Amino acid sequence: MKNMTIDRQEVEDFLYAEADLLDSWQLKEWFALFTDDCRYLVPAAGLTAEATPQNSLYYIADDHVLLDERVKRLYKRNAHAEQPHSKTRHFITNVRLHPVELADEIAVSCAFLVHRNRSGQTSTFVGRSTYRLVLRDGAMLIREKLCRLDCDDLFKQGRISILL
Amino acid sequence: MRTIGQANVAIDEAAGIFRVSRNAFVSDQVFEQEQSRIFARCWLYLGHEAELPEAGSFRTRRVAGREIIFNRDMSGKVNAFFDSCPHRGAKVCMEKSGTARQFHCIYHGWNFEADGTLKRQPHHSGYSETFNADGALNLMRLPRLESYRGLWFVNFDKNAISLEDYLGNAREYIDCFVDQNEQVEIIAGAQEYGIAANWKLLCENSVDGYHANNLHATYFDYARNIAPKLPDGPAPARGGLYGVARALDNGHMVGEFSGPWGRPAGKWFPSWGEAAKPEIAARRADLVARVGEEKADRIANLNRNLVIFPNLVLIDGTGMVIRVVQPSAPGFMEVCTWAVADARDSDWLRDIRMQNFLSFLGPGGLATPDDVEALERCQQGYSNRREAGWNDISRGNMEDNDQPLDHEFHIRAYWKHWAECLDRTDMVAEAADKAAA
Repeated sequence: MKNMTIDRQEVEDFLYAEADLLDSWQLKEWFALFTDDCRYLVPAAGLTAEATPQNSLYYIADDHVLLDERVKRLYKRNAHAEQPHSKTRHFITNVRLHPVELADEIAVSCAFLVHRNRSGQTSTFVGRSTYRLVLRDGAMLIREKLCRLDCDDLFKQGRISILL
Repeated sequence: MRTIGQANVAIDEAAGIFRVSRNAFVSDQVFEQEQSRIFARCWLYLGHEAELPEAGSFRTRRVAGREIIFNRDMSGKVNAFFDSCPHRGAKVCMEKSGTARQFHCIYHGWNFEADGTLKRQPHHSGYSETFNADGALNLMRLPRLESYRGLWFVNFDKNAISLEDYLGNAREYIDCFVDQNEQVEIIAGAQEYGIAANWKLLCENSVDGYHANNLHATYFDYARNIAPKLPDGPAPARGGLYGVARALDNGHMVGEFSGPWGRPAGKWFPSWGEAAKPEIAARRADLVARVGEEKADRIANLNRNLVIFPNLVLIDGTGMVIRVVQPSAPGFMEVCTWAVADARDSDWLRDIRMQNFLSFLGPGGLATPDDVEALERCQQGYSNRREAGWNDISRGNMEDNDQPLDHEFHIRAYWKHWAECLDRTDMVAEAADKAAA
């Protein structure tokens, strides 16, 4: 139980601000929230908590380089899956802080619901996110964001071309 | 202009024209005909032997709309059962995978051994002495179950030709897929996603070299961007795909090509760094020892996208993929994708392998979502089919096989085989379907 100088309200403010950046498609600003050693992870539906990107098939297992490329792509006119852009709304709730192993980290979990609408089609992504946050010069940054979906497949949603 | 496939395919070879009716992607009648004349009669992929590692291992799969148990019984034998209790029909297995010595029906408590044998019924006394003497009340086996090089297929037509004959000259490409890994591992988990488009669109797309450079321009941007990040600054990767497309036996088709990425089987790539060279060289040396220099060069350097008619895709490209395309309605398909690896992979190589896979493929890749978008736009465009009624598949000459990757001879051959299936006059399975209804 280290680094509890940060309280839940500050973390919630951070998560709400992150959600606003995503929903307003300010993706470069969103990407700037990540550390150089970051991971953005979305395991395939149905995988257990023991799954890692090495032993299991994920949908997304980005490091800083790939996340950068993912974000750059989403600004391009020929990123067809998101042209025109989806309308999204990220709902964050059940925010909790957890004990951490590393002195400089803040471990957070929350429930999420992401609503996506595009071309008359609506899909929802529901699940639990866990974050490993760090403080850099007084600002919070994301070292890891892991989004575990509460579903058995993506037959309804089809694709995760937006950012969760 | 002659037509085949219930008038869904129109051909004028002399004029170099080949068209497919958009009706073939939308019609309920065509969908029903495909179910009885193709999916009830062709060999369909069920699973890989590595997914059943021990006695009792099972996987449940949906194949052509049927619920199937794929398992290894206690004697080690591989089976495929219809997941319906012979008593009243309830599914006896709700998990996607696991290990089970028995399957249990919750309704009246019937139990079945892993080999399907009915073991126990509560209140057995009420049945005649000859009850199940013929085994008709054991879990029902699929009519045919055969394997080729660890890949298990089923067929609902007991009179079907053998799997090996069905695969025909596609076996050469399956061999390339299988031979590159000494110890095949099917990575845990599956990418299962829906596409609001007809299933045949994805089968075409999986070997359509014409679309790659255009639709996936942002992926090739990525491939170029990551290459120069090395300290010694190698030249940016050449974008695009170059190779040969070929029509194979029984409607199967393949593209074999070079691509701007590395291959764990033995093609080093600049973005992997100098430190990666020894391990990739060792893989290549091992491959040479197992299959010889010439075949090793082919396996290591070239990518292969293979479609086994009607709906299995083996991709040996940025990732090694087993992809099954299941039609669930004329305008909707369910895609199941598994990743193949070599159990010998070091942590580093596994990272590379998965990054290769995920950067391009799947619902969160930098390329597949654009394929999905394109196929869904096609399906949406077919709402105009009454006036704008035909797809064009005329690229490349009409006579010769083995054309450039971005020509369409092989896709025409797939459609010709599809049409042949639809035009079958010996409708055994269809008659059986009607009798059952």
